[in-house]
Amino acid sequence: MAENGKRPSALMMWLGLADNAFTRQKTVKFGDASAVNSGRFYSIAVVVVLFTLWTLSSIFGWVEPFFWPPLDGTVERAAKLINEGFRNVALWEHVWISVYRVISGVLLGALVGIPLGFAMGLSSIARGLFDPIVEFMRPIPPLALIPLIILWFGIDETAKIFLLFLASLFIMTIAARSGVSSVKISKVHAAYSLGASRIQILRHVILPNTLPEIFTGIRTAMGVCWGTVVAAELVAADRGVGSMIMIAKNFLQTDTVVIGILIIGAIGYAIEMVMRWLERLLVPWKGKG
Amino acid sequence: MDGIHIDNVSMTFTLPGAADIHALKDVSLEIGAGEIVTVLGPSGCGKTTLLNIIAGFLSPTRGAVRLNGHEVRGPDAERGMVFQQGALFEWLNVERNIAFGPNMAGRPRAETRAKVENLLNLVGLAGFGEKPVYQLSGGMQQRVALARCLANDPDVILMDEPLGALDALTREKMQGLILKLWQETGKTILLITHSVEEALFLGSRLIVMAPRPGRIEKDYRLPFAERGLTQDPREVKSSTDYVERREEILSMIWSMEEEIMAGGTGE
Repeated sequence: MAENGKRPSALMMWLGLADNAFTRQKTVKFGDASAVNSGRFYSIAVVVVLFTLWTLSSIFGWVEPFFWPPLDGTVERAAKLINEGFRNVALWEHVWISVYRVISGVLLGALVGIPLGFAMGLSSIARGLFDPIVEFMRPIPPLALIPLIILWFGIDETAKIFLLFLASLFIMTIAARSGVSSVKISKVHAAYSLGASRIQILRHVILPNTLPEIFTGIRTAMGVCWGTVVAAELVAADRGVGSMIMIAKNFLQTDTVVIGILIIGAIGYAIEMVMRWLERLLVPWKGKG
Repeated sequence: MDGIHIDNVSMTFTLPGAADIHALKDVSLEIGAGEIVTVLGPSGCGKTTLLNIIAGFLSPTRGAVRLNGHEVRGPDAERGMVFQQGALFEWLNVERNIAFGPNMAGRPRAETRAKVENLLNLVGLAGFGEKPVYQLSGGMQQRVALARCLANDPDVILMDEPLGALDALTREKMQGLILKLWQETGKTILLITHSVEEALFLGSRLIVMAPRPGRIEKDYRLPFAERGLTQDPREVKSSTDYVERREEILSMIWSMEEEIMAGGTGE
C-alpha cells in the first residue's frame, strides 16, 4: 500500500474523484495534461443538475411553454411521435432518411474522393490539375452551395445527396492525398527491393499506409455531413429530422423542436462513437508506424 | 553467383543557382560474392548515395554498377535492403512481414510458411510470428527486417545503418546475429555504419570514404569478422591489433571531420 494516502477504490477512479498512485505522487499537476482525469463525477453531476432544473421548472411553471416545453408535455409528445409519427411519417423514418442521406453522401464522396486523393498524391499532373479546384472548394461551407444546387436539381432527393457528396468529397480527397504523401519512402523502397511491382506497392504498401488517414477523413466527413443534412432539411425538405423541427416551429410546437434537437445531438454522438469503435477495430496500427 | 562491380561511378547533383554537389566522384569497387563489406565515413562522404545507387534507387550521373552480368537499372529482388528503422509494414504481423517478398512473387503458401518458420528460428524470434510488429522492441524489429530480407533469398544484402537506432547492448547482440547470418547464408553483404567499432568487427573488408568529392579513401582487409564467428566478441574487440586499427581509423575520420569544419560551408 502506498505511504501517501489510501488505496483508491475502482469506483472512485472511474468517477475521477481519485487518482492512481503515480498521479497522486506528482507535485506538479497544473500544466501536466496526463494528471487530468476523466472528471466523470462532474459530467454526471451537470447532467443531473440540468435534468433537475428542467423537472423543477416544469413543476413550478418557471418558463413559458412557448420558449421551452415542460418535461411531462415533452415526454407525452415524444410518445405520440413514436406511436403516430410526425405529419403522417413515422419518427424512425424521419431519422432514417437523414441518416441515409448522410451515409449515401459520405460513401459517394469517398468513392470519388479517395481515388482522386490517390491520384493527387501520386502524380504531379493530377495534383496540378485538381489542386486549384480542391483548395478553392474546401473553405466554402456546403450550405452556401444550396441555392445553386436547388437551381440545378430542384429540391428532390438528388439535390440533398449531391450536396452531401460535395461536402464529403473534398474532405475525403484531402485525407487520401495527405495519407499518400505521408508514406515513408523507406517502406516503398523496402517493398521494391522485395520484388513488388508498382501495382503491388499501391495495393500492399500505399493503401494500408493511407487507411488510418482515410478513416479520420470518413469520421470528419460523417460529422460535417450530419450537420449539413440537418441544415439542408431546414431549407428544403418534407422528410428528415431537420424538416421535422422546421415544420414543428411553424406550428409553434416547441416540444417537437426540442425533441428533434435532442435526436440530432444523440445521433451525431452515436455516429462519432461508432466511427471510433470501427477505427480501433479496423486500423489498430494507427500512429504506430 | 557473381559479385558487385562498381565501375567509375560519379554522382553529381546540379541545382539552379548553386555550385554542383559531387556526392561521388569516380568510385570503383569490386566486391566478391560472399564477402561482408562495411563502409565507413564522415557524414557527406556519399556512402548512403553509393548504397542507393547499388540498390537501384538512384541512377549515377556517370559509370555503372553491375551484378550477375547485367547493369543495375532499378531496384530488384536480387538486392535486398535493410533500413535503419521504420521500414516494416506495421499493418502486417511478424509472419506476414517476413513473407512479403514470397507473397508478392506468388510463391506457394506451404513453401512460404515453412521458410518463415525457419527464418523465425534463425533470427531468434520463434513464437513471435503472430505478433504485430509495433509491439516489438527496436532490436526485435530489426530481426524481422533481416528475416524479411532473407525470405526473398537475394544475392546481395544492402544494410543502411541497420543497428544505428539501437542501444549499445542490443547492438552488440545484433552484430553477432549479422555475422551468424553471413556465415550460414553465404550472402554478399554491404553494410553502412557510423560506428568505427562496428565497421571493424563486421567487415571482412572495410571501406573508408572521404567527402568532397565523395570517394574511397582506404580499403582494408580485416580478420575480425572471421574471428568473431568463433571467438567471444569482447575478446576480439579488446585484442591489440583491433584496438590499433580502431585508433588509426578514428584519427583518420577525425581529421576528415576537422577538414569539413575548417572548410566552413558545412552540409
